[in-house]
Amino acid sequence: MLTSEQIERKLDKILLKVQKPGRYVGGELNSIVKDWDKVSARVAFVFPDIYDIGVSNVGLKILYDQVNQREDALAERAYAPWLDMEALMREHGIPLYTLESKRPLACFDLIGITLPYETLYTNALNVLDLAGIPVRSIDRDETHPVIIAGGHSTMNPEPMHAFIDAFVIGEGEEVIHDIINLVQKFKGLRVETFEPANLPTFKREDLLQELAKIPGVYVPRFYKTSYMDDGTIAAIEPTIPDIPKVITKRIVPVLPPPPTRFIVPNIDVVHNRVSVEIMRGCTRGCRFCHAGMITRPVRERSVEEVLQAAEEAIRHSGFEDLAFLSLSSSDYTDILELVTKAAERFAGKHLNIGLPSLRIESVSIDLMEKLRENGRASGFTLAPEAATERMRRIINKFIPDEDIINTTREIYRRGWTTIKLYFMIGHPSETLEDVQAIADLCKRVIAEGRKVIGMKAKLNAGVSTFVPKSQTPFQWVSCDTPEQIKAKQALLRRELGRDRNIKLSLTSAEDSYLEAWLSRGDRRMAEVVYSAWKGGSKFDAWEEGKKYDAWMKAFEEHGLDPLFYTHRQRRTDEVFPWEHITAAVRKNFLFQDFRQSLEGQIRVDCRLNCFACGILPTFAGLRRENPGDVWKCPDVKSPARTAISEQLPVVGD
Amino acid sequence: MMRIRITFSKQGALRYTGHLDLHRLWERAARRAELPLAYSQGFHPQPKLNIAAALPLGFSSRCEMLDMRLEHDIALDGLRDRLQETLPIGIQVSSIEVVDERAPALQTQVAAAEYEVTLTEAIDGSDLKRRIDSVMESASLLRERRGKQYDLRPLIEGLDILPDGKIFMRLTAREGATGRPEEVLDVLSIAFEGTRIERSRLIFQS
Repeated sequence: MLTSEQIERKLDKILLKVQKPGRYVGGELNSIVKDWDKVSARVAFVFPDIYDIGVSNVGLKILYDQVNQREDALAERAYAPWLDMEALMREHGIPLYTLESKRPLACFDLIGITLPYETLYTNALNVLDLAGIPVRSIDRDETHPVIIAGGHSTMNPEPMHAFIDAFVIGEGEEVIHDIINLVQKFKGLRVETFEPANLPTFKREDLLQELAKIPGVYVPRFYKTSYMDDGTIAAIEPTIPDIPKVITKRIVPVLPPPPTRFIVPNIDVVHNRVSVEIMRGCTRGCRFCHAGMITRPVRERSVEEVLQAAEEAIRHSGFEDLAFLSLSSSDYTDILELVTKAAERFAGKHLNIGLPSLRIESVSIDLMEKLRENGRASGFTLAPEAATERMRRIINKFIPDEDIINTTREIYRRGWTTIKLYFMIGHPSETLEDVQAIADLCKRVIAEGRKVIGMKAKLNAGVSTFVPKSQTPFQWVSCDTPEQIKAKQALLRRELGRDRNIKLSLTSAEDSYLEAWLSRGDRRMAEVVYSAWKGGSKFDAWEEGKKYDAWMKAFEEHGLDPLFYTHRQRRTDEVFPWEHITAAVRKNFLFQDFRQSLEGQIRVDCRLNCFACGILPTFAGLRRENPGDVWKCPDVKSPARTAISEQLPVVGD
Repeated sequence: MMRIRITFSKQGALRYTGHLDLHRLWERAARRAELPLAYSQGFHPQPKLNIAAALPLGFSSRCEMLDMRLEHDIALDGLRDRLQETLPIGIQVSSIEVVDERAPALQTQVAAAEYEVTLTEAIDGSDLKRRIDSVMESASLLRERRGKQYDLRPLIEGLDILPDGKIFMRLTAREGATGRPEEVLDVLSIAFEGTRIERSRLIFQS
């Protein structure tokens, strides 16, 4: 294996031939370089997209801190090199290395890959290959690192089951320590060098078996899937004793202190900012929303904790942007207090403060106005998602047109010239009339804007295509066909393309399909992922990388039909590929919510009324041990009351 | 208002940080060190930072310089240490001094720059000497850059071999007349890849 000095010498010769060489050299403020020989566990965290995107990821930052705070372990980082760098690395025999110590990934004990979205799957394979590590889990032996993965897309881990040794389901802050402790225990039995004469004395299989017993850890090799004749799943069963039949996600009962020493890149990246998570989870219950279903329960941080962390993080990083992260800022209990105090505390510091995911109401404008005084007036973003009452009931995001018109008019009136509106096409049962309504709504918004500020009024309409996700009420539904998507997009282009003040952005149908196959894919999809990667597809979220043809060929090669994964309404009793993985939201609850959707019934914010999704009984013990009001679930006194609220089909309509 | 001049080195990983990103780095360093950095007025306020001369990507330097305007006077005691603490390892501050507010802009005062080139692939010493002599003896060295022809020779103010084997260059660095070390290496038939270039001194108009 190459030493870090050898890697650095080789890098010196190639770095000036690639775009943005600063991606590949590390040396950032707040990166942590520990003494390799003074720790007993070495972890490499990988974000399998380019540095520019991965470096600001908060999830990995949390884990990086968790590990580096331990005296007996170290964590370093790696990202996927861009195509130009990859080619040169392969040509010059440079394995993928970490930015901190420039050591090859292969000499770490543990590699943690984050998989927040499905288009990173081929890159994850490529990362392993570039590191000189066998891509398939079964081909790895005791000399190779243990490969773990986590992130939102692993709520259905099956399309990646062949490549990852163990998946972490849910939140990683605590479980990463359980995993490291276990690796250290096994390494105690292990000889330090990789000399063939001194092969480690433990069996990889034993380590993986122990991993499978850690709550929230899924080790695919110990589970067997059997299929029915129609290709759907008959059953998923553990193959060894003492491991759970269903893996329940891990959560932290109370959010730990947020990171404050963000990596400060020495080059320009996508998000040059400090991000402070103000709240985790969401109580809105939008039926299309994966994050909203899998990150329950809602846990908030106090205003003081958020502000202190923000202040400290700005002092340690010097970033010019600060973002308060959550799935729905408006739902944070003390949002007004937070914003007022943040505006005061950061006044005159040339800092832009961002507040994503605001509700469509005038209070949101007040909030943004307070923050605007500090920095530049950036665009104002709102997400109506749908434009007819029928669609809004189906997706459970009900915002009357008048609220949208009144709010956007007021936004223009108060000095913003650009408003961004996010919509989705392809919701279940959506027709062209529902899409026409999106265009009509955009036209009404811009017309109102013109009344207020004339031709300065601009509207950016971002219209993405809905992809049904596992663990949500829409996991049963079929996707739109390519023809339907094309017709809907053509309608939008025709209706909105002519107005120079409206900028329409659409997602490509191909991208949506790729995401759709993988989101609800089964174990057989792993071979498709492998062949697509072998066929040259990588960076599937990038035009320059992805090869749609390679994917189609891969399906053919393995005798699978992509339509099986996309255009198929699932039977109500279908066993899903992710049946053995749960976000603690019960399948019955999801199904009931799906049925209510078909009937156009809305469910109110579950802070107001518990719909018994399953979170509370699953984590009852945790909540009892951590009392107080950090959890925003209402108190459910007795099982009897839970049962009653479960029977109420329509609430607050 | 107060204007301070910071002299610093730029090495290691920071060799791959370009001019605009270096601006951003200093803006952030000022925020971290809680310096009252002044900003321009207007819709997109810009920090009042001036770097003496852009350093090409991949070069290291022992002698970078920048002027920073502050909203009010501050004490210089301990400032160097305070600032250094907030900087990435590749940037080392060597001095900070106060400059007259009315002095001309730093970047207009640069006259020449000196470079030291380390050869990572060995070249025979006497052969190299011959090549250098031939360059220095030529009356003109016509070259083309970005489709424009120019004469490199008058921009070479000095070219020599240092006792430690490095190549020394002193090149004119005025607006519209900037000698580039890689162009000089090219006329010496030395592959840029086999070298490491460090800027060792900036020379200002007196």
